[in-house]
Amino acid sequence: MSSTDVLLSGQGISKQWGGLVAVDNVSIELQTNCIHALIGTNGAGKSTLIDMLSGELPASSGSISLQGRDISAWSQPKRARAGLGRSYQRNTLYPNCSVLENCRLAAQAQHQRPWAFWSNAQRCETSLSRARAAIEQTGLGDNIDSNAGLLSHGQKRQLEIAMCLATRPKILLLDEPLAGMGAEETDRMLALLAELKKKHAILLVEHDMDAVFRIADKITVMVNGQVIAVDSPDAIRNNSDVQAAYLGGH
Amino acid sequence: MRYLSKHTFVIGSFMVLALFPLTASTYGMDLVSKVMIYAILALSLELLVGSTGLVCFGQAAFFGIGAYSVVLLSPMSQGASLLWSLPVAMLMAAAYALFVGALSLRTKGVYFIMVTLAFSQMAYYVVHDTDIGGGTDGIYLYFRPELPGIIDLDQPVQLYGLILGSLVLSFSWLALILRSRFGRALAGIHANEQRMRATGFSTYPYKLAAFVISGAIAGLSGFLFAVKDGFVNPEMLSWHLSGSLLVMIILGGLGHLRGAVIGAFAFTLLEEFFKSEAIFHTAAKHWHLGLGLSIILSVVLLPKGLVGIPEQLSNWVSGRKTTRATAGKQ
Amino acid sequence: MDLSIFLIQCLNALQYGLLLFLVAMGLTLIFGIMGVINLAHGSFYMAGAYMAYALAPVVESTVGGGFFSVIALGVVIAVLLGYFLEWAFFSFLYDREHLQQVLMTYGLILVFEELRSILVGDDVYGVQAPEWLSGTIALGDVMSYPHYRLFVSAVCLVLSLGLYLVLTRTRLGMMIRAGSSNREMVQSLGIDIKLLYRIVFAAGVAMAVFAGMIAAPISSVYPGMGNQVLIICFVVVVIGGIGSVQGAFLAALLIGVVDTFGKVLLPEFAGVLVYVLMAVILLWKPNGLFKAG
Repeated sequence: MSSTDVLLSGQGISKQWGGLVAVDNVSIELQTNCIHALIGTNGAGKSTLIDMLSGELPASSGSISLQGRDISAWSQPKRARAGLGRSYQRNTLYPNCSVLENCRLAAQAQHQRPWAFWSNAQRCETSLSRARAAIEQTGLGDNIDSNAGLLSHGQKRQLEIAMCLATRPKILLLDEPLAGMGAEETDRMLALLAELKKKHAILLVEHDMDAVFRIADKITVMVNGQVIAVDSPDAIRNNSDVQAAYLGGH
Repeated sequence: MRYLSKHTFVIGSFMVLALFPLTASTYGMDLVSKVMIYAILALSLELLVGSTGLVCFGQAAFFGIGAYSVVLLSPMSQGASLLWSLPVAMLMAAAYALFVGALSLRTKGVYFIMVTLAFSQMAYYVVHDTDIGGGTDGIYLYFRPELPGIIDLDQPVQLYGLILGSLVLSFSWLALILRSRFGRALAGIHANEQRMRATGFSTYPYKLAAFVISGAIAGLSGFLFAVKDGFVNPEMLSWHLSGSLLVMIILGGLGHLRGAVIGAFAFTLLEEFFKSEAIFHTAAKHWHLGLGLSIILSVVLLPKGLVGIPEQLSNWVSGRKTTRATAGKQ
Repeated sequence: MDLSIFLIQCLNALQYGLLLFLVAMGLTLIFGIMGVINLAHGSFYMAGAYMAYALAPVVESTVGGGFFSVIALGVVIAVLLGYFLEWAFFSFLYDREHLQQVLMTYGLILVFEELRSILVGDDVYGVQAPEWLSGTIALGDVMSYPHYRLFVSAVCLVLSLGLYLVLTRTRLGMMIRAGSSNREMVQSLGIDIKLLYRIVFAAGVAMAVFAGMIAAPISSVYPGMGNQVLIICFVVVVIGGIGSVQGAFLAALLIGVVDTFGKVLLPEFAGVLVYVLMAVILLWKPNGLFKAG
């Protein structure tokens, strides 16, 4: 796999609810060594697009391929097992478990062994080691045994990413990972993303424009369900359409 | 500390149950046998409701099918072999659970509750109305299953031993699978099914498996009940039993295996209390009133069930508020 | 089966289906708008039937009124009862988990059953239809069909239509539908959500009680009737589809047909057929016939 292979590609994806078109003929490509940011106003269809790419929502039309394979008809769990990871805008952690258990359970998805009823899950070395690796990578090592519900907001967002990484995905669909974070936490997260892009293809949906322009290698701009521009950050900054539709009023 | 006391409580209780026959009357043994059977049934429901978050309102059907299986499949002139009649009863119940689960697990929330209730009514009407079930009068089991030379269930102590053994085995096995990867996946599905799917777990097979396991264990309790009483009737599949089982597990404490066992004991005691003519005289025939009020009160006053009482007490003493058991609102 | 018998069964099916729809709508309304599953809904139906029996002599001796006065009185009592119950009991259920709602309303069923047993007893009673509806209409040479059943069908149809119009064409209906999906928005519009809920609940209770009262002359009055109708209502909702009024209507009629013809053609399996129908539909459409709307 070369460092710029296309790992995930969506072609002509649309979503219609009755007469309402939420996403209109959107195409997008994700490669390693490239943080692809997706920006747009509220209601532009970004979350719907991520839902369709991850398989949570069926697309009305269009196709999605993972490393050349057509996965349009695949269920979400199947896509996740094939290496398509996603994190959510709102925290989806299990608040009554430790940070380690949160990640271990996520890692278990790749090593499920449901029939082994005699073995204690807490002693599953495979899922434990992957969980620990993901926790180290996201910088939560000091809190590994803390109760997830008691973490600070920034730490919870880090845990969201860690849970995603524990499944050892090839592709990361990140839905507003910086939501509610302070400056220092944002820096930490951006450093993590810069590190992660070396081995993963990343789609980053974000509202924090400063962060986006700091970290993104490519930006897709969506307005009202349609893509109005796909380009490098500098080009996007100077794009008059984008300025009119989005950047100016934000 | 708490870990130790939880285990001591469970082991201690089983030991008390094991020694009980030494001092008890036949009435006492019969009552405790009945409660232990309901405890096994409640445990099967706890797997679904407390551990996986599937509120099934049709558990009585699997119980009844296990019971009717042993009666219908036993030969007329002698006892069936325990070796096959027990597994077959569990298998029949599990088969119906597979059918019900496959159709109802596609629905969610209240609809799931309604569908499970409806399917249990279907089984009820089959035994109540058709010739299969012998109608409203029920059918008798003339000869108890046996293992010739080894197990003779006509001996009360042996029957008691089989029931207690089944309870201990069911409890232990459920405890084992709940701490296994399968059990942790169920817990994850209970907490946030969508997240589990996004992580890579196909949740439907897990839920269906839990449903079938639950059905099998319920079938076991039905088998034991039929063998103990020597008689089965359609009311074993009534939704009142399904409702009572839900009360048992929430009364005992959701999310804890020992809660199911405690709840079975507490609920049966409550029922016997309200039915008692010694205490209520003629009003005892309206025992549903007291029971209904108790159910309502227990939901309001004991959010974590009886298992949560030590915590509630210590919170009350130290002035803290107990959090309401609202994990995972549907 | 000759034509007139077939016609009779069709009319019976229609009448049963329409009555069922009325009761199911009360259940769905309460669930759809307040998110409360109320197992005691069947008890209200039973209460209506027993009221039709118990109040008749009272009304006759005090005001000399007949059947319709009894119904009017029953509905008034139902509304007051519903109002009170919502305030005293059901308002506590709004934010609770479904399991807790199920258990508390199950406890309520037990309480209602015993109250009925204490107040009126456990016997089966008959209720007379009013004089002027006691006749029959001829269907062919030999068969005839009771006016009263036609009356029940007509009343249920009119009420269902009225309910549908209120929900879709009036401001109250709009508030009700908005309240189900967005409580905060409705509150911010200055509408008293508590009052709205109380009205909806009282209406749901009144529908069940009314249905029980008019059903009494047909089905007679017996202890298990509430639980029976409750579970069939569940089947209506499941077959019809989540939140769908058209679905519930179609489902109720389907069940009416299956149950009525089942009793005639396959009496041994009549009780099971409705559930078989449900299983078949779920096989084909896992979420019911229609989606919400």
